[in-house]
Amino acid sequence: MEASSEKVLMKGNEAVGAAAIRGGCRYFFGYPITPQNELPEYMARELPRVGGVFLQAESEIAAINMVYGAAGCGVRVMTSSSSPGIALKQEGISYIAGAELPCVIVNMMRGGPGLGGIQPGQADYFQATRGGGNGDYRHIVYAPASVQETADLMTEAFDVADLYRIPVMVLGDGMIGQMMEPVELRDAPHRDLPPKDWATTGTEGRRTPNIINSLYLQPQDLEDHNIRLARKHAVIEEREVRYESYRTDDAKLVFVSYGTASRIVRNAVEMLRQEGENVGMIRPITLWPWPQSAFDELGSSVRAVMAVEMSMGQMIDDVKIAAAGRWPVGFYGRSGGMIPDQHAIAGAARTMLEEVV
Amino acid sequence: MPVVFEKTRGLTDVETHYCPGCTHGIIHRLVAEVLEEMELLDASIGVAPVGCAVLAYKYFNCDMHEAAHGRAPAVATGIKRVFPDRTVFAYQGDGDLASIGTAEIVHAAHRGEKITVIFVNNAIYGMTGGQMAPTTLLGQKTTTSPLGRERSHAGSPLRVSEMLATIDGAAFIERTSVHDPQAVRKTKAAIRRAFTVQQKGLGFSMVEILSTCPTNWGMTPVDSLQWVQDHMIPYYPLGNLRDPETENRP
Repeated sequence: MEASSEKVLMKGNEAVGAAAIRGGCRYFFGYPITPQNELPEYMARELPRVGGVFLQAESEIAAINMVYGAAGCGVRVMTSSSSPGIALKQEGISYIAGAELPCVIVNMMRGGPGLGGIQPGQADYFQATRGGGNGDYRHIVYAPASVQETADLMTEAFDVADLYRIPVMVLGDGMIGQMMEPVELRDAPHRDLPPKDWATTGTEGRRTPNIINSLYLQPQDLEDHNIRLARKHAVIEEREVRYESYRTDDAKLVFVSYGTASRIVRNAVEMLRQEGENVGMIRPITLWPWPQSAFDELGSSVRAVMAVEMSMGQMIDDVKIAAAGRWPVGFYGRSGGMIPDQHAIAGAARTMLEEVV
Repeated sequence: MPVVFEKTRGLTDVETHYCPGCTHGIIHRLVAEVLEEMELLDASIGVAPVGCAVLAYKYFNCDMHEAAHGRAPAVATGIKRVFPDRTVFAYQGDGDLASIGTAEIVHAAHRGEKITVIFVNNAIYGMTGGQMAPTTLLGQKTTTSPLGRERSHAGSPLRVSEMLATIDGAAFIERTSVHDPQAVRKTKAAIRRAFTVQQKGLGFSMVEILSTCPTNWGMTPVDSLQWVQDHMIPYYPLGNLRDPETENRP
């Protein structure tokens, strides 16, 4: 990555905005919801200064459909919200995925279900990775664990969205959005991107009309479309998986955790290591594509795997699929805005180790 | 032989799927002719709805988006904010615009989005097979008001143009019909005026066009045209409700 300047202390939500603008984002459509309001506020202030447009929509539904319109015009565009607001955007996300438009969606998760609460949560894992909208689609999900990582992934997300013509979601939580950390805004690694010759720009009489669409009334046409999308998804699964394996080499127990929860798990790993317990962590950075290879690389020392989430257990389904019966899969989670405690996580790990070793 | 008539370049050669006697075809042609005559076609981006006109993106010979149900004004907003110099229009039916899409149409007007909306009101859901719409007349029988629409149960038909005409950002609002040749000509003039208002950047513009649905009304095409005149126009009076030049407003 090409470093730019100096480190500045920024709130996560504002760092997202700054990184998006650095990534070429010039259009933002959104609707107020806690705990991500600093982001639209930042964009309202900063986008006009770079010749961009911020528009507050009448609803999350309208905002994502404005994104659909702008993305179809070939520009870099984003929206942001938090859990219940992202639920409202799912129809639009499905249409955007179906029409193969690039865009970036930020979800600063809070507790649910329903109106839930406004404290940090990770209970939108299913919503983010299983397609909250209808149909055979996928979208990329980045799950950063620090303000720096959030900024880096945010800048890169626009390139990745353009490359694959797919929505990219940056899945943070209230903690990532609200906390301040030093951050250095950096350019994303260079990628060769295809021209946007599909965009609706007005034909100028020079080409046949471009159509942005997800409707295929003939079943064979729709299946062909879905097969093409599935091939694209397979390429993404091959090329875009990201994860961190932390002290897994000699680990008996491997935690699996992402985002804010993974920061606490890292402390629990340190604590247990000092007690002589060999533990490590797989930290998925992409939730989709899912880092299956991180599990396949684990050595013969591993006796147990434990998912740690700020939910009642959602990612654990993917952990079980990845484990494929090779290891027992345990779980520790807190929900509703409660933050896991490293001592409680360590305690759960000790109990599991006693059971399996 | 001299050419005395040609199909507008504003429409493609794709055969439309509309039922016999449906007036969508007339309205498509009027919009396309106006865009061609005003030399806007090659710089236009249209938005198709969900409903009978869902395939309009195949018929208009310009760049098009197919929107989700009711969301065409939001999609058009996204397009117009990217390309303020392009002509952007949404083509919507009454289920799309007056039911599921009320928030989007009200707020597009409220923001004064410089887009043009062609609102085709045939008082029924056509594509799904003739269900009651917010615009269905009192007493009108549909598959979901089999005994006729009752005010006490389903309220009175929604007059969208009158409602939008109360909004400051709505620069041009006019209700027209296509039930006879004179009405067709007036509709074309209103569409031209609406696009002119957009060209001048004066704000939101919409033409509500009373239309027919012989299939789901259970009438012949000719009887349907007569029904517009006898039943729809008395409840949905024709005329301009808002025009920046005449400063016409409620």
